[in-house]
Amino acid sequence: MLIKKPAEISSSEITPAHIYHERRRFLRDAIAAGIIGAVPGLTPAEAAVLPSSGKLAGVRKGSVTIVDKVTSYKDVTTYNNFYEFGTDKSDPASNARGFRTRPWTIAVEGACRRPAVYQLEDFVRPYALEERIYRMRCVEAWSMVIPWVGFPLAEVLKRAEPTSRAKFVEFTTLHDPEQMPGQRPGLLGTGLDWPYVEGLRLDEAMHPLTILAVGVFGEVLPNQNGAPLRLVVPWKYGFKGIKSIVRIRLVERQPLSSWMQAALHEYGFYANVNPRVDHPRWSQARERRIGEDGLFSAKRETLMFNGYAEQVASLYTGMDLRKYY
Amino acid sequence: MVPRDWIGGVLKPLVFVVSLVPFAWIVWRAFANDLGTNPIETLNRYTGDWTLRFLLITLAVTPLRRISGWHWLIRLRRMLGLFAFFYACVHFLTYALLDQYFNLPEILKDIAKRPYITVGFASLLLLIPLALTSTNAMVRRLGGRRWQRLHRLVYLISVGGVVHFLWLVKSDIREPALYALILAGLLGYRLWWELRGATRAAGGQA
Repeated sequence: MLIKKPAEISSSEITPAHIYHERRRFLRDAIAAGIIGAVPGLTPAEAAVLPSSGKLAGVRKGSVTIVDKVTSYKDVTTYNNFYEFGTDKSDPASNARGFRTRPWTIAVEGACRRPAVYQLEDFVRPYALEERIYRMRCVEAWSMVIPWVGFPLAEVLKRAEPTSRAKFVEFTTLHDPEQMPGQRPGLLGTGLDWPYVEGLRLDEAMHPLTILAVGVFGEVLPNQNGAPLRLVVPWKYGFKGIKSIVRIRLVERQPLSSWMQAALHEYGFYANVNPRVDHPRWSQARERRIGEDGLFSAKRETLMFNGYAEQVASLYTGMDLRKYY
Repeated sequence: MVPRDWIGGVLKPLVFVVSLVPFAWIVWRAFANDLGTNPIETLNRYTGDWTLRFLLITLAVTPLRRISGWHWLIRLRRMLGLFAFFYACVHFLTYALLDQYFNLPEILKDIAKRPYITVGFASLLLLIPLALTSTNAMVRRLGGRRWQRLHRLVYLISVGGVVHFLWLVKSDIREPALYALILAGLLGYRLWWELRGATRAAGGQA
């Protein structure tokens, strides 16, 4: 005889996800309305302590969030484009295993009044770590939803006190062919000039959505995800999110990024997610959400500025986004 | 010399089954939910790889036959060529049905706008007349010379296939370059053979 065990929770009792996620919006609105007191200033206890692995302590839940389902830890940490460790998506997870992220120094330099070279721990210490759940849209028309842990890049830049000559920010990845097999000169190589370079306009870099990440899923960033420090700019294609950063330089002229140098007609400086402007080899109108859109489902529509238009569209007022792709 | 029935009765069925192994393997992985993080990309890349491999294997038959003297190899060529066509069709279906989800306007736009898809699709179209004229009856109907001339399209198709792969990759061209190198060897051998034949025919005994 078949005895059917009743479900412990009937489906009618489960809060629909979109309402469940509304709690964050409620909190945000409540803060804005002054119902909940303003977030107190940064106390020394909140200062970030960065271990070399494991859980990150004192991570604040972010004020910016989305209703999308978070991609699985396994997918986020095994499907990576990090050409320094190989061009297959699974290469970084295996080849970056022994990558040394300590000691690590970060130079903040260029057109600023307070240039400095920091040890990683000192660099991170002044900032409160915050979780930011962002959509990540790759230029190859797939996407994920990733719970980053980091702090706004703006705070780093303010601390450096940019001069009036600073118009752009240029980022550089570590150059260490011994540790990064993809950087070794070969017969044909991987087609990029090393080290990897990326850039942002100063106002993009100062935007509150732009963060430097040191973790994912509440833990220290795995090496394959760009440890120990990477850039996350959620309204741009993933390749703008430069990994394993060693230099942040304030500059007067627009930097030449690695992908621009490799193929200027394919990769522009801005690289804003834009369903109306195709990459020569991929339509950007739709995307496949990793882990959700299965074998037999259509791709989902890509959103303008990856869904962050409300926050960032004003940065590009009057610009021809077809020309400045 | 290998006995005739050994080829028809044993070797051919064996090669047939072996040629199906890559297909069976990927179907198995699909049902075992073992296609990795981006299953459609995995299927698409895998079937594309096997299409190119079968094209190159088919093109290797003639040089191998001439070098080794194993003339019975020719009896496997048609089947290997048809497997190239089979994998090309599956490759296209993974793109059209799974990746684009029957979105015909989107597929047509891709074919028109993206050079690597244009070349790949053209190569697939060119394979169709070769598959259709692969039967003995069609060889007889066309006559050996015309049939052979038509089937030399496979050189163009293979170049198209390799270019399709080359134009797909973002920056690391090592893998398509390897296919290009092998193809160049196989086509270069034919060119060398033709030139040598021409010199001989001209009585160049120097």
